[in-house]
Amino acid sequence: MTDALNAILVIVLVMNLFVLGTSRILAVINTVATQGALLGVIPLLVHTHLTISVVLTSVAAIVLKGVVIPSIMIRALRDAEIKREVEPLIGLLPSIMLGALATAFALLFAGELPLAGEHQSALLVPTSIASVLVGFIILTSRFKALSQVIGYLVLENGIFIFGMLLIDAMPLLVEMGVLLDLFVGIFVICIIVNHINRAFSSLDTRLLASLKE
Amino acid sequence: MAFVALAIPSNRYRPLLLPITAIAHTSMTVFALTRPDLLTTNEWLMLDPPGRIVLLLVSTLFLLCSFYTVGYLKIKVDRSNRAFTACLLSFIGVVSLVTWSHHLGLMWVAIEATTLVTAPLIYFNQNQRSIEATWKYLLIGSVGIALALLGTFFIAYASLHEGLESTLTFDDVLRIAPKLSKPWLHAGFILLLVGYGTKMGLAPMHTWKPDAYGEAPGVVGALLAGGVTSCAFLALLRFYHICHVAGDSDFTAKLLLFLGIFSMALAGVFMVGQRDFKRMLAYSSVEHMGILVLGLGIGGPALFGTMLHVITNGLTKGVLFLSAGNIHRSFGSKSTDQVRGALRRLPLSGTLFLAGFLAITGSPPFGPFISEFAILNGAFAADRFVVAGLFLFLLLVVFIGMGATVLHVVQGRAGPAENQVPYRDGFLTAAPALVCMLLVLMLGLYIPPPLRRLIEDAVLYLEAKP
Amino acid sequence: MTEKIIHVALLLILPPLLFGVIGKTKAWFAGRVGPPLLQPYYDLIKLARKSMVFSRTTTWVFRAGPVVTLSAALIAGLMVPLGALDSPIAFTGDLILFAYLFGLARFFTTSAALDTGSPFEGMGSAREVTFACLTEPALFLALLVLAKASGSLMLTDLLHGPAEGFSSGMVAPLVLVGIGLFIVLLAETCRIPVDDPNTHLELTMIHEVMVLDHSGPLFGVILYASSIKMFVLGSVLLHVAFPFKTGEVWIDVSLFVLEILFLSILIGTIESVMARLQMRHVPYLLIAATLFCSFGFLLLVR
Repeated sequence: MTDALNAILVIVLVMNLFVLGTSRILAVINTVATQGALLGVIPLLVHTHLTISVVLTSVAAIVLKGVVIPSIMIRALRDAEIKREVEPLIGLLPSIMLGALATAFALLFAGELPLAGEHQSALLVPTSIASVLVGFIILTSRFKALSQVIGYLVLENGIFIFGMLLIDAMPLLVEMGVLLDLFVGIFVICIIVNHINRAFSSLDTRLLASLKE
Repeated sequence: MAFVALAIPSNRYRPLLLPITAIAHTSMTVFALTRPDLLTTNEWLMLDPPGRIVLLLVSTLFLLCSFYTVGYLKIKVDRSNRAFTACLLSFIGVVSLVTWSHHLGLMWVAIEATTLVTAPLIYFNQNQRSIEATWKYLLIGSVGIALALLGTFFIAYASLHEGLESTLTFDDVLRIAPKLSKPWLHAGFILLLVGYGTKMGLAPMHTWKPDAYGEAPGVVGALLAGGVTSCAFLALLRFYHICHVAGDSDFTAKLLLFLGIFSMALAGVFMVGQRDFKRMLAYSSVEHMGILVLGLGIGGPALFGTMLHVITNGLTKGVLFLSAGNIHRSFGSKSTDQVRGALRRLPLSGTLFLAGFLAITGSPPFGPFISEFAILNGAFAADRFVVAGLFLFLLLVVFIGMGATVLHVVQGRAGPAENQVPYRDGFLTAAPALVCMLLVLMLGLYIPPPLRRLIEDAVLYLEAKP
Repeated sequence: MTEKIIHVALLLILPPLLFGVIGKTKAWFAGRVGPPLLQPYYDLIKLARKSMVFSRTTTWVFRAGPVVTLSAALIAGLMVPLGALDSPIAFTGDLILFAYLFGLARFFTTSAALDTGSPFEGMGSAREVTFACLTEPALFLALLVLAKASGSLMLTDLLHGPAEGFSSGMVAPLVLVGIGLFIVLLAETCRIPVDDPNTHLELTMIHEVMVLDHSGPLFGVILYASSIKMFVLGSVLLHVAFPFKTGEVWIDVSLFVLEILFLSILIGTIESVMARLQMRHVPYLLIAATLFCSFGFLLLVR
């Protein structure tokens, strides 16, 4: 169990770096979709005995994170006809390095944290922290609205991973609420993205700078 | 949950539904407050004293705003108000849910929902600037709320780690609070402070606030500044409570005091020389969130003032945003370069704006004076002289900064009439602000015994260690 | 003894087939019939029968380049266990020699290219060496992780892992190292997305440009050496990716052959679905490989 879990988590980490280092936004969306779908598998692995609610959570996560949200984003991408380049504030290589530093930090830091015995060997906590940090890096270093949404998704994925530690403790309602809110949030954001496009004929948030001191 | 049910089927037509819902909501709130024993409570939904205070505030504010909205939407007949009305109605629903929820996860969901329903409200004017404001609001707000979720998880893990039954029901968490694993609790509190602090608009996570408040219609600004921030504060209060019970007051006090002072200082700096009076109000909101957090950080003796300040600040912000909305509409501009002589053109709104300014900066005899004075007293009682000194100094800075802008707006002669809109104070747009102002004045002169009892209950509730 | 004979036979005969499989896979993706599987062998035979042309400006270095490369690759091949087979040459610390054999081969290839004095080939050498600076740390880190995981400095033991198999905590580092090694494999054997082996006359190529002036049997030697290089690195990767063995010699050998053919199909697929990276983006990929391997190390020691 732990083996498969760790393998998935490591792949998630690798995908984080890939998202940081890729310039084509379509590839990035696809990667995040795959990442989301992989995360959806985790609840099945964390649990020793399967219950209906766990399976539901897993299916909902796979469908939402892996299918629905990416297709909405790809649609926004197509409607907006933006040129498919991610424009980072800092270059791709520095952002990979930053991401790598964040990951290394997470790996070391998580070793210091007091963890319950059963979670000691699994990489859930470091992966979660690393994903949150990488999400932040993407959020702050990208100008395109869609890229920022991607950063937010990576951030949410990290939180979702941490939630796996608690899946026993958290009732189904909260679990679903997390996914639902994520979904609605992205949905609203995508609508706004379309409006931004209509008004600015670009998805560049650097142009959103008329309100400042 | 009755409130949510009330809000959703009435999503359909005209803004007249707003006052109806608001009256229903207020009466139910009053009913709920007077007869607490009749409420159907379970572990997840329960109205405790701090929740009651916020619920009362939001309900009153929403009642007044709903009347204002009717007048406002009459002016803006050219635009479909369907989404606006629906969002306002769901807003009161989710805000009530925040105050009722006694489950940390449920509360988080409700607060996230407030972000989502208020975003379209900010976007109501549908121009480039409002898109920008909405985008910043959504993005920053969502990130903040995501961090708050992570913090909630940390708290839950803190109990799991110690081998306790893992739970997120507030009462249960309070019960086991002293046994929670300290590192996780601390990390969780920091994340929650940042997360809900973003929602409250504490510096340095306040960057969405001037934009969103500046671009949103006045009534939305009033609801955001009075309602959403109070809800976020309530959420923070819950976790403060947990840490307090867990015996970590020292740790939280340091963080809260620092953030409070920092917010006030930053708001003061930006307020001096601010040329946009709506943005100035936003910074004033940042400042007052700072005051609230500061009061929380002082704890103990300042709690009464803090809880009172939640109410007085919310109501005064209502006055300011509603009257600022009127002035904005009349002059067609928010810049102090073009807006002058509001007292002459809009005697009522202008007066209210001026009075609101005096109230919010803590001049007697208005409500905020009492609450700020109580917080200051608390600071001295808790032997925090440096904090108290800084507090006074920053209030002074804010007073000067704000005063310059406000006096500029209300005094003088109205400029040439090139971009004038034929707008004068109507009954529906001015009266709610007036009522609000009178409430603030009343709170300054006399606090009704039921309210006093409510606040004292809340303070006792927060102080008690089960 | 039979095992050793099998090992040598596999090492000598199998490598060109990998190129054949890759070519066939790419042809299948493109909807073509493609050259026969054994085409690389035909090519080698054809090249062996041709005569050679030497520029007057070249020296013995030019001739020695391909030969040294081939012998380095062959020795490296003898040091790597193929599947369950133990390697014929094994001693403690041989992984250092293993890594430096590749360095030696690279040194002679680039020297031979520089020896021609052609600006093109100089450019190719520069690129080859630049990228090698980035792949070598990844390879070393990967070997380091494996050495740490298995507690041995001998390639045979190190790649076969501890007798009882890797413990459960090792999976995550091994996955990371596997990904890193795969990128190293693609870079070292000049495949897409690092380099495109099919372009011969573009300014963008790396490896092919260095061997433009070699002809006849010497060029055949170069082709053969690069196929062996892929074979060797591929078998190292397979130890990490598929650490299964049955204990029965013949089953293990055929399993190994199947695995390495599958690997070639995988490479062919990647070449078909991906585009070559821009030259300035290649270092990102290689650095990522280094990073993955170092994360693996970090996970192991933390």
